[in-house]
Amino acid sequence: MELRRYRADLHIHSCLSPCGELTNYPRRIVERAVEEDLDVIAVTDHNTAENAAAVLRAAEGTGVAVLPGMEVASEEEVHVLGLFESLGDLLPVQDAVFRSLPEVPPKKTFVKDQVIVNADDEVTGFSARHLLAATRLDLRAVVSLIHRFGGLAVASHIDKDAFSVISQLGFVPPDLDLDALEVSPHMTVAAARKAFGLNPSAALVRFSDAHRPEDIGRTTTDFLLAAPTLPEIRKALRSKGGRKVCAS
Amino acid sequence: MTLADLVRQLDLKVFTGRNELARPVNGGYASDLLSDVLAHGQKDQIWVTLQVHPNIVAVAAFKELSAVVLVNGREPAAETVAKAQQERVSIYGTSLTTFEFVGRAYGLGILGT
Repeated sequence: MELRRYRADLHIHSCLSPCGELTNYPRRIVERAVEEDLDVIAVTDHNTAENAAAVLRAAEGTGVAVLPGMEVASEEEVHVLGLFESLGDLLPVQDAVFRSLPEVPPKKTFVKDQVIVNADDEVTGFSARHLLAATRLDLRAVVSLIHRFGGLAVASHIDKDAFSVISQLGFVPPDLDLDALEVSPHMTVAAARKAFGLNPSAALVRFSDAHRPEDIGRTTTDFLLAAPTLPEIRKALRSKGGRKVCAS
Repeated sequence: MTLADLVRQLDLKVFTGRNELARPVNGGYASDLLSDVLAHGQKDQIWVTLQVHPNIVAVAAFKELSAVVLVNGREPAAETVAKAQQERVSIYGTSLTTFEFVGRAYGLGILGT
């Protein structure tokens, strides 16, 4: 099977994330992915995947592969990307996350609208959940929940001063079964390895963490794969079968 | 002041470290960001936090903190207890909030600097 480089941005927030811009709706996200020559993207809203189906639909026929995902906040306020092969795998994870969010809805004055849309960018509803809150799931439980449904668990922006495994827990717990660590656009992979004394075998990736259309594709990771799919990306993160994360 | 004095005077629950009670206490630090404690915690301080992840043991051992006090009635994860026993790190619990616990500890002469 022929392997080639696939350009990936697997950390993108839609207009559903309370911090995401309203203009980051499905068709715009896909349009930007095409403009940036991205082969594969993931929509990863905070503690929800309610716009994932719309992005998948919006990308049909464009050649851009979309992985449904979400960015889960653990009890320790560590953000973890869960990336899945299908909506069917992701939805039970979303259910578990919803059950673990605080009951109190967010105050209107503190967050932007959490907009649920369809593939035609029409507003179908607003999430009343406290999407920026921490769940009651500890970090290990978040990782095992993602794995139970076949997902990849990636620690978000480990170099950030907040909501990263290192800011919250001081260092990456050595026995935590993460599939990769994400470095933010503000740091290089080499600098992160050095700064945080990371295990040399840990897979490091960089994505945009885009909250607005113009940031999509600003930071990407190339993978050497046979196809832009989740099982192939899993192999790349483990350097299996010739698949790999290309040096950035 | 020793850990035994602290446990008695503030009615703390002892999760681990029953053999470490003679250890001295010299000040305290309160933070829920372990990266911040790694940067600013000092030897022999008590550390007040609501984090219960096993990493608190490594941070306390590395910084030679005298004890970790978990607030709000929080209990250490089972793995945290096992690691603490292994590393001889003392973990205590209180039903008080951070603010209230720190206030009372300060009143006993446990200062931040």
